[in-house]
Amino acid sequence: MTPNASSPPSRRGLIVLSWLWVAVPLGYGLYELVRKATQLFTG
Amino acid sequence: MSPPVAPPGWSRWLVPPAALSVHLSIGQAYAWSVFKPALESALGLTGTQSALPFQLAIVMLGLSAAFGGTLVERNGPRWAMTVSLVCFSSGFLLSALGARTEQYWLVVLGYGFVGGIGLGIGYISPVSTLMKWFPDRPGMATGIAIMGFGGGALIASPWSARMLESFGTDSTGIAQAFLVHGLAYAAFMALGVLLVRVPRAPESAGGGPAPLSGVRVSANSALRTPQFWCLWVVLCMNVTAGIGILEKAAPMIQDFFADTSAPVSVSAAAGFVALLSAANMAGRIGWSSTSDLIGRKNMYRVYLGVGALMYALIALAGDSSKPLFVVCALVILSFYGGGFATAPAYLKDLFGTYQVGAIHGRLLTAWSTAGVLGPLIVNWIADRQEAAGKHGAALYGLSMWIMIGLLAVGFVANELVRPVHPRHHVPAPREAGLDAERQQSA
Repeated sequence: MTPNASSPPSRRGLIVLSWLWVAVPLGYGLYELVRKATQLFTG
Repeated sequence: MSPPVAPPGWSRWLVPPAALSVHLSIGQAYAWSVFKPALESALGLTGTQSALPFQLAIVMLGLSAAFGGTLVERNGPRWAMTVSLVCFSSGFLLSALGARTEQYWLVVLGYGFVGGIGLGIGYISPVSTLMKWFPDRPGMATGIAIMGFGGGALIASPWSARMLESFGTDSTGIAQAFLVHGLAYAAFMALGVLLVRVPRAPESAGGGPAPLSGVRVSANSALRTPQFWCLWVVLCMNVTAGIGILEKAAPMIQDFFADTSAPVSVSAAAGFVALLSAANMAGRIGWSSTSDLIGRKNMYRVYLGVGALMYALIALAGDSSKPLFVVCALVILSFYGGGFATAPAYLKDLFGTYQVGAIHGRLLTAWSTAGVLGPLIVNWIADRQEAAGKHGAALYGLSMWIMIGLLAVGFVANELVRPVHPRHHVPAPREAGLDAERQQSA
C-alpha cells in the first residue's frame, strides 16, 4: 500500500509517521503470533 | 460538535491509520483472558466471575453500536473517537482503582460497562468516514480498520502478559497493569482523534471523496427494509459458523487426531489457535478488498457456499488428514473475518453512505446473537455426544452438519438481497431543494 503520489510533500512525513505509529505495535503482535503458530509444526 | 472537515490537500491515506489506532486499541477486548487467572487468584474469583467484565463489555459493544450509531453520524468521527478514547481508557483506570482497593465491582463497571461503550462507539467510529474517503475501494478501506480489531488482541495478549510478569499478579500488580493500559491506550488512540477528517464536498474523481448522488437511506428506514434483515441473517449465520470453530479450536484439533498415530500436543494446539487468529485477520483485509473487485453479493456467496463445503470436508474426511483439517479451518476463519469486514461495504452498496455507520451499528446485533448461538451449539452438542459415549471426531460431527445448515440459510438470505426500493430513499439535498421549488411554483 503506497500513499497517494499526488500528496503534498508536507503531508508525506505525517503519512509515514502515522502509518509507523500503527505498524510498529502490529508488527510486534504479528511477530509474537508467528512465534506461537510455529508450535503447530514443532510442538 | 461539527465533524472536522479536511483542509485542501489533506491526504486520504491519513484516515486508515487514524481508524487503525482506535481499532487496534479496542481489539484488546479479545485478550481479556490474560487477566483472568491473575484476577482469580488475587481477588478469589471463580472463572465465571472473572469473565464478567469481558461479557458485559461485549454486550455494551452491541448496545452502544446499535443505539449510538445515529449520534456518531450526527457528531462525526472525531467526536466518536474522543468518546471511545475517554470511555475505553477510563474503563481501565476505574479497573485499576477496583483492583487496588480489591473492589471487583469497580472492575466490572469500569472495564465492562464504561469500557464497553468505548468499544461499541469506537468500532463504528471510522466506518462511514473511510467509505466516504475511499468510494472506489470501500471494502479495502473498512477491511483495514476491521482488521485492526482482530490485530488488537495479537498486540495486547503478549504485551499484557509481560506486564503482569513484571508488575506481579497480586492486586497491586494488576492495578498497575490496568493503569498503564489506560494511559498507553489513551495516548495511542489520540492519533485517531487528531488525524481523522471528513472529506470536503465532492471535488474530484481520483482524489477520493464520494459524489453526493446515489442511494441515501436513513438508519430508521433501513430497519424497515427486507435487505437489512437478510443481511442480518447472512452476518449472523457466517459469524456463528466461524465461532463454531474458534470457540473450541484447541480441544477440537486434539479430539480429531486423538486416536491417530500422530496426536496433537497441547502446545501444537495453541499454535493452531494462533494460526486461526492470523487467518481471521488476513481474511478481514484480503477478502474485503477482493469484494471491491467481484462484488459484495458474490463475496458472500463464497463465504457461505465455500464455507459450507469446508465444513463438509472436515465432517467427512477431517480426521484422515491433518493438513486437510488445518487448511479447511483456516479458510473458514478467513471467511469469518472477511464476513465482518465486508459488511459495511455491502451496507454502503444497499443504503449509501448517508447513515451507513448507524446502520452498521444496528447490524452488529447479529454479531451479539451469533456470539451466543455459536458456542451454545458446539458446546451443547459436544457435551451430549460425550455423554452418549462418543469420542474423538465423532463429538463434532453433528455440529458440523448444523453449521452447514446455518450457512445454507445464510446463502439463501444473501440470494434474496435486492436493491432497496426507492420509496425508502431520502432525497439528496439538491433534489430536496428542487422538490421544494416545484411545490412552491405549483
